[in-house]
Amino acid sequence: MHFAVIQFPGSNCDFDLLWAIRNVMGAEAKFVWHNEKSLEGFDGVLIPGGFSYGDYLRCGSIASFANIMPEIKGFASEGKPVLGICNGFQILIEAGLLPGALIRNNTLKFVSKWQPLQVNNLTKFSSEFAENEIINLPIAHGEGQYIADEKTLSNLQENNQIAFTYEDENPNGSLRNIAGITNSSGNVLGMMPHPERAVEELLGGTDGKKVFASILKNFCEDCF
Amino acid sequence: MTKVKVYVMYKESILDPQGQAVKMATQKMGFTEISDIRIGKYFEIEVDADVATAKAQVEAISEQLLSNPNMETYHVEIME
Repeated sequence: MHFAVIQFPGSNCDFDLLWAIRNVMGAEAKFVWHNEKSLEGFDGVLIPGGFSYGDYLRCGSIASFANIMPEIKGFASEGKPVLGICNGFQILIEAGLLPGALIRNNTLKFVSKWQPLQVNNLTKFSSEFAENEIINLPIAHGEGQYIADEKTLSNLQENNQIAFTYEDENPNGSLRNIAGITNSSGNVLGMMPHPERAVEELLGGTDGKKVFASILKNFCEDCF
Repeated sequence: MTKVKVYVMYKESILDPQGQAVKMATQKMGFTEISDIRIGKYFEIEVDADVATAKAQVEAISEQLLSNPNMETYHVEIME
């Protein structure tokens, strides 16, 4: 399975993400610059965290108009996997690939720490976890408060689109403790926590590996 | 050339934590009658077109780029 790791000016988790999917998980992957206009030959798209375009205007808003974005939208509409982490989640929301909005943390503080999460293992991005498993992943964001209207929230819940929720303390005020959601077709996931920062014991944990393992299992028939 | 102003504000239903923090500071300063503060964005845009065309174009970019309709509203004004 061949992954594209999309790079924008200001992306800063791009190398970690490439390392996680290629060196740790053993999949093929390479960087794709935001100005590219083709995703030919790729089976999965990974959008890394960071501060694309300095978070100007709104986080992810300018990146959502990059040349590669129409390709990513087409890619997603074909049912292929798209994962956006942190700023990548913000970009997917701004691009309209995921519902709702991400606004400033209700604490007004940038939060950077290991965060316990509860997993809903009924999504294609979390199926390798146990049911309601509690895991630990790093979070690092200032604008991760997920909001949406009541109808959207109910739909997310009913369709099992809420993949990860904050456990114990809610670090940013997200409604329904939402840390990560999929689109209605289940092939696009956005999440604020960083699975790519938890793929080796040296990094302090390996819970992130199962996110990538779930993608490889559910979207790649020849991989395992 | 037409000069256009755009104001972008959070919708009423969205809590504005920055505005709340600024309001709290005004209370500490002793301005206890300040009952609400909401922070928005203000744009000054120059368009090489007549008023009608400029307004239509600025409405379009306000809808698609300057605001996020999920959480914000915008207001366009032609500057004299």
